[in-house]
Amino acid sequence: MDWTWVADHRGLILELVRAHVELTVLAVVFGLVLSFPLALAARRWRRLGGPIVSATGVLYAIPSLALFALLLPWTGLTRTTALIGLVSYTLLILVRNIVAGLDGVAPEVFEAATAMGMRAPLRLLSVELPLALPAVVAGIRVATVTTIGLVTVAALIGHGGLGQLILDGLNRDFPTPLVVGSTLSVALAAVADLTLVGAQRLLSPWADRDS
Amino acid sequence: MDFLADVIAFFGDRANWRGANGLTQLVVEHLVVSVTAMAIAMALALPLGLVLGHVGRGGLVAVNVSNVGRALPSFAVLVIALQLSSIGVTPTLVALVLLAVPPMVTNSFVGVQGTDPDMVEAARAMGMTGRQVFTEVELPSALPLVMAGVRTAAVQVVATATLAALVGFGGLGALILVGLRTGDNVEVFAGALTVTVLAMATEIGLGALQRCLSPGHRLGRDSPQETSKSSLRVSISSR
Repeated sequence: MDWTWVADHRGLILELVRAHVELTVLAVVFGLVLSFPLALAARRWRRLGGPIVSATGVLYAIPSLALFALLLPWTGLTRTTALIGLVSYTLLILVRNIVAGLDGVAPEVFEAATAMGMRAPLRLLSVELPLALPAVVAGIRVATVTTIGLVTVAALIGHGGLGQLILDGLNRDFPTPLVVGSTLSVALAAVADLTLVGAQRLLSPWADRDS
Repeated sequence: MDFLADVIAFFGDRANWRGANGLTQLVVEHLVVSVTAMAIAMALALPLGLVLGHVGRGGLVAVNVSNVGRALPSFAVLVIALQLSSIGVTPTLVALVLLAVPPMVTNSFVGVQGTDPDMVEAARAMGMTGRQVFTEVELPSALPLVMAGVRTAAVQVVATATLAALVGFGGLGALILVGLRTGDNVEVFAGALTVTVLAMATEIGLGALQRCLSPGHRLGRDSPQETSKSSLRVSISSR
């Protein structure tokens, strides 16, 4: 480890951490925006459920480097390319967990809400979603941690956040940036995971604590 | 679509399939390293997860190892493996095995632990030995989840073997990287397309195998992750 290098590049490192976080947050937020309608459609029309989950599974199977490469002719070496790839990997995890969370709402609760005269949208927002929250947050956690790891691969198209440091270390055969990039990436994943657990406990204090 | 026509022409040109950096050779390299890594990883992970599940110890480690594995960027694992070992195929194998082990340990542990306790008790009451309970009851019951873990790991290995081109291993990633460096989008696209087909074939092929081996079960891949009630259903899917 060359600590003077680290000291000299504090600005760069901070900038890359910021880019890494930004890309992760954007990917997970877009992923959620897409996953909710997909999950609701999969529940509303059961016949669509299988194909929707299978399609997200197929997307998930595409190697990240290949997916970025496949997008290159259309979106080039832009952040959009990185983002499209990252968003598509969150879908499998998010859709599956949202569906599982909504399916897990007790039928009695559902019927009580209906019997009180709640219409479907209100019932969904004020009863089903809050009860599904632990499962949804569990999905967001897995999606976030996975995305933080995947962002590093986007270094190959120039938008890899801390992955740029790993690539730099590889290209120059100089371990310091490599160690800094990998360690910070793992640390970021741990911090994100703990933050999400904390957020879930604040939002759903009634839920089991052992999840 | 001139570009797609070029890509089709690339696949149509026999010269691109032959030789040391031909498509055939790259696909074979990709498959050989993936299968070797999976064989080593399975030999390490499955006995460990199954035995831990049988004796009911080490659950915390067995379940959390896949969460840690998920947080480790595969790219970083590859590059670090390169630093720690000699050049050649070794760093690639080391990284792929490291990535494949966690989901299989977790799933085989969870699969055995998830065996209906009534069935285990009934088997004991019938006079089965511990070994018999394991092979006759727990193992068949765990099979769907074990297969789900193998499938997740295999898809991940095939995907990550693409990145291995970065650390000097060939495989299909080499085509993508060379194309990226020379700005040859046709080559990049052709490489990406081939490796995508390979990964999807792995996903779909092992999915079919999983269904054959687990009649009457819902597929493990469909089970939710870490829902609050059954944290033991955790499992599955990392990349």
